[in-house]
Amino acid sequence: MEQKIERHTISVLVENEPGVLARVIGLFSGRGYNIESLTVAEVDARRHLSRITVVTSGTPMIIEQIKAQLDRLVPVHAVSDLTAEGPHIERELALIKVAEAGEKRVESLRIADIFRARVVDSTTTSFVFEMTGSTDKLNAFIKLMEPLGLVDVCRTGVVAISRGPEPQNGAGRTA
Amino acid sequence: MTSQEMNGSQIVLKALVDQGVDTVFGYPGGAVLPIYDELFKQNSIRHILVRQEGGAVHAAEGYARSTGKVGVVLVTSGPGATNAVTGLTDALMDSIPVVCLTGQVPTHLIGNDAFQEADTTGITRPCTKHNYLVKRIEDCSRIMHEAFYVAKSGRPGPVVVDLPKDILMATGPSNGPDQGQHKSYRPRVKGDIDEIRKAVALIRGAKRPIFYCGGGVINSGPAAAQLLTEFVHMTGYPITLTLMGLGAFPASDPQSLGMLGMHGTLEANYAMHGCDVMINLGARFDDRVTGRLADFSPGSKKIHVDIDPSSINKNIAVDCAIVGDVGHVLEDMIKLWKADQTPPDKAALTEWWRQIDDWRARDCLAYKADDEVIKPQYALQRLYEMTKDRNTYITTEVGQHQMWAAQFYKFEQPNRWMTSGGLGTMGYGLPAAMGVQVAHPDALVIDIAGEASVLMNIQEMSTIAQYKLPVKVFILNNEYMGMVRQWQELLHGGRYSESYMDSLPDFVKLAEAFGAVGLRAEKPAEVDGVIEEMLATDRAVIADIRIDKEENCFPMIPSGAAHNEILLGPDDKADEPVSEEGMVLV
Repeated sequence: MEQKIERHTISVLVENEPGVLARVIGLFSGRGYNIESLTVAEVDARRHLSRITVVTSGTPMIIEQIKAQLDRLVPVHAVSDLTAEGPHIERELALIKVAEAGEKRVESLRIADIFRARVVDSTTTSFVFEMTGSTDKLNAFIKLMEPLGLVDVCRTGVVAISRGPEPQNGAGRTA
Repeated sequence: MTSQEMNGSQIVLKALVDQGVDTVFGYPGGAVLPIYDELFKQNSIRHILVRQEGGAVHAAEGYARSTGKVGVVLVTSGPGATNAVTGLTDALMDSIPVVCLTGQVPTHLIGNDAFQEADTTGITRPCTKHNYLVKRIEDCSRIMHEAFYVAKSGRPGPVVVDLPKDILMATGPSNGPDQGQHKSYRPRVKGDIDEIRKAVALIRGAKRPIFYCGGGVINSGPAAAQLLTEFVHMTGYPITLTLMGLGAFPASDPQSLGMLGMHGTLEANYAMHGCDVMINLGARFDDRVTGRLADFSPGSKKIHVDIDPSSINKNIAVDCAIVGDVGHVLEDMIKLWKADQTPPDKAALTEWWRQIDDWRARDCLAYKADDEVIKPQYALQRLYEMTKDRNTYITTEVGQHQMWAAQFYKFEQPNRWMTSGGLGTMGYGLPAAMGVQVAHPDALVIDIAGEASVLMNIQEMSTIAQYKLPVKVFILNNEYMGMVRQWQELLHGGRYSESYMDSLPDFVKLAEAFGAVGLRAEKPAEVDGVIEEMLATDRAVIADIRIDKEENCFPMIPSGAAHNEILLGPDDKADEPVSEEGMVLV
């Protein structure tokens, strides 16, 4: 019975201690799960908590396995599947370097304006654009920059948060 | 509670004592000299000096599985820790609670390629349930206690605590074990009562039910095995056990169908295939049991009780899932079963048992006895008959002898059977038997071994001599790596590539070299005498039983086949040759 491959954004609240990220990544690589993007940072200094946001893809049964495997890691406090749990916001940040002269230079600036990207570096022969938005929006902008002198791209990967007042990982203020 | 100030090694030892540890299996080295110094000065903890660190971990596993306690290992940095990796991976696969203390170079030298340095936490991260590197003396006591909590809570497993030498010599606070709830790891033990109610309703309405139980029942404790026996008797349903679950239900009980799986009985495998309700308590639908996934028990509703949520719906989708400790869930199931007086379908059950008895009548474990050559099945039958009324513990190595032992040695209680199931580690049995004997000095402990496997950790015969452990090593010697040879015969045109055990030692002389007694049997008539002498000898014994060299282990479900496509004997040909997909599977 064939199952469809789905893309899920999973938010994992973990203990901020050395080796936790290595453990999570080792889990994905050791079991052959796919990581489309992964970002991590401390989110609560007092309680030593970090949040790892990972975008993965697989059949529904694999996604359930990934969540269960993450949940049973000792330093993991909570796992939420934002894609399954309802309305949420996803954002990614990119720094895009474009180097061209003449008409192409002007065109890139015009398109950046349309996409509401900001210029954070400029020389007479180049720009660096900073852009925040959904993955699709970033992908579209980068594609447009390709014929206009795209030199380098650096992306953060997706961060995501649930809509509404509830803390997304259950272990909120009450834990 | 007050905390005392002491040096790191003392903190470690005090934590062990507070956790009820009385035995540590280990091997010294430069990085752990401070701990060994403190061990020398005290009497509460007994240290067993092994001869290779892998032996220490397997010994701790044998100790843990036969007592229900956490096994403890102490090894040095670098090669000491890397030698322990196989044992740790074995403990992880079979869910055995082990705490392994590894030495480490001083904190300021970590990452410097120092002498006997290894990235122990990096190397053991995938092969342990969790691991710790103690970087500050203030954390040492808390981490020691946490390691024990993690090792034995939820699904048990191995935990490594990496201890840098400067930490072992620094001074810091020592606290007791009760330091509050763990921040993030709190496994669930009580099952959801609504799901349990749903499960009991399914169980009651079944027409062709079967209980399928595994290592989870053993890990839950002897009470779980008793509750299981009670529940199975209450329902009158058939039960089959996995390799890791043997002993959870009495083997001699008429409701037992024996072991299931690749080398399990015909009746167990056919019953699993033809059932309409499968009740999985503490087993994990391992590939040795399921065979080809697409054809596994196609018409049945499945109930799965497991303490590890990631085990559920991992490779087999189930209809009713209960996360919890099998013992607790069984308690609730029994209560609910008793509360409802509706009897199960007697007519259907009688018909199901009639079908099962038909399958049993095929006598799938039958073998061709011989007057001149010892058959391994015969040797094990005799061993069982002559040891079953004693206080016996059995360990095994890995291969054909392990499967025959599972088929022919019957276990009535849990914690009597120690084998490497998930990882299948050759060389497990001898050190594990050592660990069991240390835990039970007056018991009869037998390592059923193959001659290829037993050589892998043969150095532990020296440990056995040092501590005067009267372990009996019962070698089924066929001069081959039997299971490998069997697969080569069946799947690779009989090309026995590197599976012949050339240059075997004279095991009788080898026993004597290690201060043990060596015995040999070459004809069936000699077997009883050798076993009798082995049992009467109050010292370590190696019994070299020369068995039929090319006997194959049946029944067998070839790899890639469905779990009801069973080969019963050498004359049984599979309907089709093993498929390419099957060849690729181990």
